[in-house]
Amino acid sequence: MSSATLLSVENLTMRFGGLTAIDDLSVSVPAGKITAIIGPNGAGKTTFFNCLTGFYKPTTGSVRLVHPKKGEMRLETLTGHRVARDAQVVRTFQNIRLFPKMTVLENLIVAQHNFLQEASRFSIAGIFRLPGYRKAEAEALKTAAHWLDRLGLTGIADVAAGDLPYGTQRRIEIARALCVDPVLLCLDEPAAGLNPRESAELNTLLLSLCREEGIAILLIEHDMSVVMNVSDHICVLNYGRKIAEGTPEEIRNDPQVIKAYLGEDDEETASGGIAA
Amino acid sequence: MSAVIIARHARTPAERFKDAAWVAFIALLLGIPMVGLTTVDEGGALAVHTRFGMLGAFVGASFVGRFIFRWIMDQVRSRRAAKPAVVKVDRTPQAIKVIGWAVLGASIALPIVFSENRYVIDTATTVLIYVMLGWGLNVVVGLAGLLDLGYVAFYAVGAYTYALLFSHFGWTFWEALPVAGAMAATFGILLGYPILRLRGDYLAIVTLGFGEIIRVILVNWTELSNGPNGIGSIPRPTLFGLPFDRNPAEGTQSFATFFGLDFSGMHRIIFLYYLILVLALLTNVFVSRLRKLPVGRAWEALREDEIACKAMGMNVTNVKLSAFAIGAMLGGFAGVFFAARQGFISPESFTFTESATILAIVVLGGMGSQLGVVLAALVLVLLPELGRNFSEYRMLMFGAAMVLIMVWKPGGLLASREPTIRLNKAVTAGGEA
Repeated sequence: MSSATLLSVENLTMRFGGLTAIDDLSVSVPAGKITAIIGPNGAGKTTFFNCLTGFYKPTTGSVRLVHPKKGEMRLETLTGHRVARDAQVVRTFQNIRLFPKMTVLENLIVAQHNFLQEASRFSIAGIFRLPGYRKAEAEALKTAAHWLDRLGLTGIADVAAGDLPYGTQRRIEIARALCVDPVLLCLDEPAAGLNPRESAELNTLLLSLCREEGIAILLIEHDMSVVMNVSDHICVLNYGRKIAEGTPEEIRNDPQVIKAYLGEDDEETASGGIAA
Repeated sequence: MSAVIIARHARTPAERFKDAAWVAFIALLLGIPMVGLTTVDEGGALAVHTRFGMLGAFVGASFVGRFIFRWIMDQVRSRRAAKPAVVKVDRTPQAIKVIGWAVLGASIALPIVFSENRYVIDTATTVLIYVMLGWGLNVVVGLAGLLDLGYVAFYAVGAYTYALLFSHFGWTFWEALPVAGAMAATFGILLGYPILRLRGDYLAIVTLGFGEIIRVILVNWTELSNGPNGIGSIPRPTLFGLPFDRNPAEGTQSFATFFGLDFSGMHRIIFLYYLILVLALLTNVFVSRLRKLPVGRAWEALREDEIACKAMGMNVTNVKLSAFAIGAMLGGFAGVFFAARQGFISPESFTFTESATILAIVVLGGMGSQLGVVLAALVLVLLPELGRNFSEYRMLMFGAAMVLIMVWKPGGLLASREPTIRLNKAVTAGGEA
């Protein structure tokens, strides 16, 4: 396993008016590993994600991605959808954002929009169902079927995504992101709302994605049973600053981190959470 | 009106009484101006008379009616609750298919059955224009989820493009049709650009404004559009160059002479009917196909969640603009047909009411449902027609019917959505026609 740097964030600052949500943050994400970003509520984790994935334009700082095929890319210069399309950095959301009325399969097909849209040649090849488009569609279907199978969703492929239970929706969102063919998968609290059995399954899934498919994963998570068990590397944020970084073992014993979780006015993740 | 009791449990008689009393009170408030007072012509002067007896009857009827209505509702509900739940098999896709083919068959057979009845065929033509407009707007509102209150603007652009191309350059219907479609699509993109960032209510307001701008321009730019006087003597479409005239020009043939038929005014009416039927069916096939393509799925995904679309690497700008352009183009085609059918257009035909009617067709039909649009267009055009016997109560009936449909079918007449692709191919069902 290589530990080459996939993504390096340097001196990233994000200000909203007078509020500095992220303050001079430098983080590097190794290729083919799982990196977790943790921190109390309001620490700036999701803002960090938004800066990475083109939803916010950082005030200052740089985000460099070493794309395995396309070479070095500057993510902060790519706008909106281009981070996912060109750089293949794909994210999920803290509050699930599926296409609820569309079926699970359709959700996964929509994720392959750019590939299919190109094959449909401004929809002309698609309207007449020319062989080129049919082939592309079959390929997209195959990709979708692969991930459906992998995440155990095949049986519910033709059900509207919004009608399914919460834990399943979380898995669909991950499957959908995987259909974009990510080099870096950013998961925003994938274990939120999952029961212990489901989070254990999530652990297995994340580990296998990383170890077998070689997809680098960047994870925001409060559930320490997930963070401590799967992460290769953990970065702790508080008030937009990085207060600690290291292996799960190091983080567990870091006095700064314990202070951030216990000493401040945060309620939900107490020491019990850290020790889990 | 919190006093009108909406309870799930069975009501006590006292509750029913209170509920009915409230309804009667509302009926009284409404009834004083509507029923209680009337104007009478007294030798040229108008005088106001009171009709307290009638008002009393009205209020009493409301009270009794509400009381009985609630009682029946309770009976129905308790009976339904007593029944064991039956496992429902969803037969909607098959049913939609059957209804779709039935409607198609009926629409093809209609001019043959009513070949001498001009009124029926004219009304059916109007229905089909609205069906086509509904299918066009369905792309924007039903699929892409962009609330457009100014759709009539594209209809107007199409109609005026044909009228102007004819009056300045002598273009025929068939020559003008693609150009007018392209023109409307261009206007769709022009409207789309400034409102890319808007959604919901704000989008609705801007599109409403756009619709009005086009109309006001048509009224005021007299040199271009001839203002409120409109543009007349627009030629009717021909069948591969064969006009439907009684007396064709020297050396040319008309439809009747070519086929050796006696001239009849009905030929043109029936031809127009079949023409719009073909245009509408082409629209349907086009939109149904698009829906199953990446662009169509992107529209639906956009309706469902714009941010998720972005996170999937989708260029949301292009998706929105394509929806506006395609929707506008279809509206433009319908506009050309409208101009050709009427032979005369003026800005008066393109008021906000038209936009509202088309939107009502889409919403009433069930957002995104192709067959729903057909049923809703039938309801919305035919109800006022059927209501003509009821003279001044026509619109009242119409409104009541709308309210009832929305109460019983809040998602529209056909709210079920057919997936664009299935993993299990064995279960295929289509919602075409």
